[in-house]
Amino acid sequence: MQGFIVEYLPILVFLAIAVGMAIVVVAASYVAARHYPDGEKLSPYECGFEAFGDARRQFDVRFYLVALLFIIFDLEVAFLFPWAVALGDIGVFGFWSMMIFLVILTVGFVYEWRKGALEWE
Amino acid sequence: MPTVHAVPDLAPALPEVILAVVAMALLMLGVFRGDGSTRTVSWLAVAAMAVAGFFVITGPSDGVVTFSGMFVVDRFAVFMKVLVLIGSALALVMSFGYLRDEGMERFEFPVLLVLATLGMLMMVSANDLMALYLGLELQSLALYVVAAFKRESLRSTEAGLKYFVLGALSSGMLLYGCSLIYGITGATDFAALSAALSGGGEVPIGLVIGLVFLVSGLAFKVSAVPFHMWTPDVYEGAPTPVTAFFAVAPKIAAVALFLRVMMSPFGGLVSQWQQIIVVVSIASMVLGAFAAIRQDNIKRLMAYSSIGHVGYALVGLAAGTAEGMRGTILYMTIYLVMNVGTFAVILNMKRAGAMVEGIHDLAGLARSRPLMALAMGIFMFSLAGIPPLAGFFAKLYVFLAAVNAELYALAVIGVLASVVGAFYYLRIIRIMYFDAPSEVFDAPVASEMRVILAAAAVFTLFFFAYPAPFLAGAEAAALALVR
Repeated sequence: MQGFIVEYLPILVFLAIAVGMAIVVVAASYVAARHYPDGEKLSPYECGFEAFGDARRQFDVRFYLVALLFIIFDLEVAFLFPWAVALGDIGVFGFWSMMIFLVILTVGFVYEWRKGALEWE
Repeated sequence: MPTVHAVPDLAPALPEVILAVVAMALLMLGVFRGDGSTRTVSWLAVAAMAVAGFFVITGPSDGVVTFSGMFVVDRFAVFMKVLVLIGSALALVMSFGYLRDEGMERFEFPVLLVLATLGMLMMVSANDLMALYLGLELQSLALYVVAAFKRESLRSTEAGLKYFVLGALSSGMLLYGCSLIYGITGATDFAALSAALSGGGEVPIGLVIGLVFLVSGLAFKVSAVPFHMWTPDVYEGAPTPVTAFFAVAPKIAAVALFLRVMMSPFGGLVSQWQQIIVVVSIASMVLGAFAAIRQDNIKRLMAYSSIGHVGYALVGLAAGTAEGMRGTILYMTIYLVMNVGTFAVILNMKRAGAMVEGIHDLAGLARSRPLMALAMGIFMFSLAGIPPLAGFFAKLYVFLAAVNAELYALAVIGVLASVVGAFYYLRIIRIMYFDAPSEVFDAPVASEMRVILAAAAVFTLFFFAYPAPFLAGAEAAALALVR
């Protein structure tokens, strides 16, 4: 039981350093830097424009659909990379596991295509 | 460590493989043929569940493990899988008329039900914390969607969203518990966990915390107090056939998972979790009994009723013995039949083409539809636990197990709660038989509904005459679990 906790000690040290570092950096800019605030500096900044409109605007739901579809295929690629690297070790079973996975994804892709989820209008 | 490169033995998981392949094939069939094919897809889905059931029964049943020990098939799994498949198939058959009348005939519905059923079968067979989570999420994600399946209804979408948000929260708690358990023991495999925990000695506090989180997540899935808040809203808001489905199949699968997790990896820690289950069980029974009294919506009433019944089922688990497991398994069997029957009646509560859900809409049913009123009366008496109906024996076996495990307080409170609960079941009977009749429900009752109603009523009425096969099946299932 004690051994377990000792093994996690480096993580604790790392956490302490990370928190300490963050505090030091923020505190240093308060202590050492010169402060001359004016209205222009304190106003919200939006890509060089004057801020216009509210951040909580209505948003076309189709963006979410595209984002969701993107995430699915993004993850698929994330799975494919380690699989490709390890293919020599995992053999035939590993190969066919990924093929089945890809077939299942393709079924989903065909479904969304036929349903018209890929069409904007 | 076993090599992970070998191709696993797929034979024990054949029913699951069939359902997975059929779900994808039906999705393709539906999307190429359009919503006109919904009826075909639905019947094919029912057929697939029947075929899967056939392979569950004829397949191995003596504790075979596969997928590197992640998946187990024993007598317990076989028994519970058959219940789940019966519940899913009947719920799907009962949904036909509703989907047609409400203009909800979209082919995704049967496909989602098949996927949810697949998740439930995986839950029942889970032999590893990862397999547990995989099955649970496959089930839950499909259920979130079907809860919101009536897209134009505000209440249905609200039910789906509420279920999703709270379900995600409970999954998070469950995962947190799993990660703590893994962190302390270094194992996710149930067999390895069981071996690591059976040594006796001091139980690490982190493990107990992990176990509590795990129990909380599972209690949410079976809708036990204090994690029941979603149940009434979701049951009321979801389309009625979906409510019927929620009330049987996922509940049976979640209870099965609950039993396996408590008995298989944590069987050596009974003294640690027994008190939690006792408290959850008492709270569920009492809340189910009292909160349902003031309900006028029959779906909401059935939601509180199901909370109460989960409380009774957990009495058997609290006992922590083979006898208790047998009681819980038998309870879920009888619960399945009673609920399917009740929802078959609720699905026929329709006036001038529109569904009605008020309890008082049942007034005078005894005169307008004597047979349906008789069936409903049988289910209500049975749910209340009045002898000699099936519901009485369900309660009898769990309370006997609790008494034999010396949990006297639990048994006494359970009996008192069921007396209180009898009030609202009997109230429905009073409304049906003695109140001034309201307007007649639409005719005719679909033939599949008649068959389901009659079968459920006959089972509930005559269970006492021939309980031996069910008792023997539950007994064998329980012994597989306790080992």
